Amino acid sequence: MGADQVSELYPLRAANVAARVFDGEVIVMNPADSSLFNLNETGTAIWQAADGTTSLREIVEREICGVSEIDSDTALADAEEFARALAGHGILLLRTEPA
Amino acid sequence: MIVTIGGLAVRIATDDPVFLGILRQQYAAFTGAETDGAPIVLEVELTPPLLQSPDEDLAVRFDGEAWEMRRGDFMARYDPKTRRGQVRQSANRHSIDSVIRIIHSLELARAGSGFLLHAASAVRNGKAFVFSGVSGAGKTTLSRLAPPDVCLLTDEVSYVRKGDGGPDCGRKSGYQAFGTPFAGELGKAGENIHAPLGALYFLELASGNRIGQLGRAEALRMLLRNILFFAQDPKLVEQVFAIAEDFIETVPVCRLSFRPEALVWELIR
Repeated sequence: MGADQVSELYPLRAANVAARVFDGEVIVMNPADSSLFNLNETGTAIWQAADGTTSLREIVEREICGVSEIDSDTALADAEEFARALAGHGILLLRTEPA
Repeated sequence: MIVTIGGLAVRIATDDPVFLGILRQQYAAFTGAETDGAPIVLEVELTPPLLQSPDEDLAVRFDGEAWEMRRGDFMARYDPKTRRGQVRQSANRHSIDSVIRIIHSLELARAGSGFLLHAASAVRNGKAFVFSGVSGAGKTTLSRLAPPDVCLLTDEVSYVRKGDGGPDCGRKSGYQAFGTPFAGELGKAGENIHAPLGALYFLELASGNRIGQLGRAEALRMLLRNILFFAQDPKLVEQVFAIAEDFIETVPVCRLSFRPEALVWELIR
């Protein structure tokens, strides 16, 4: 997946999951199968910013590149992989248009 | 027959003498008189075991009116409004035991007052201690090592909730641990008593005995992983999350690394 495609994604937290921020990390439970996820600092930043109206590129630039040395293409590719993994578990929705 | 666990009475309606005998043996210390009454009634229809597939996974879903529970060895339906249910199973203790666990977990989640936990628990010096962990973490080992002044509540499934009345009493007081008839490898029901909860320990077999405090996030994560919860229902999952969060803010949650020897109980007082 290239960075150009990532820029078209608008992540949105799934409405039916339960989530809590605890000591800076998000813990998410998916009612569909009672699976539990805990996200690290970067994952938490993406999760919290996933409002369906902000593109993944904007999130990465603001939440990741703004606070670390990582180059934006690498950060974007990692973020897309992460977002797609969460989407595969049904706890994040990935849209190609803003909500 | 009335079976009361955690202050919540369930009437198991059956007139089959063989099944009644099984129930009396299974729930001996947790049975009450028929005249006591029970808010929950389960009508059991006994079926031949050969018609069922024992390997089917458990599925619990809400159809808008009632909870449907299905596993290879039973089918059940429970209406949380009327608190009436029907169970189809053969005359065995495992199926009804599972149905009762599921109904308790749903009732506790609905009331937002507690949970069932994969854990052993015990009372010592008037305080309850809960020992949780995956299979092989040492729940039964620790239970076997308990000294005579310790009353075991269970070696397998612990019943934890706020208040000392029924599950509906909500969050009126501190957390209590209740004895359950749900036995693990020990093969023995717990004592039918309850006590204020002193601490929750997550077990880990080690070369020495040590207690270490867990951070809040780790405590919440480990607690959620060990709560028995079966329903695919966002509202109830949110309730379970909320009660788990409240629990870790209220009760000390620690890691107990222990050597399988009686000395470990010196740390638990």
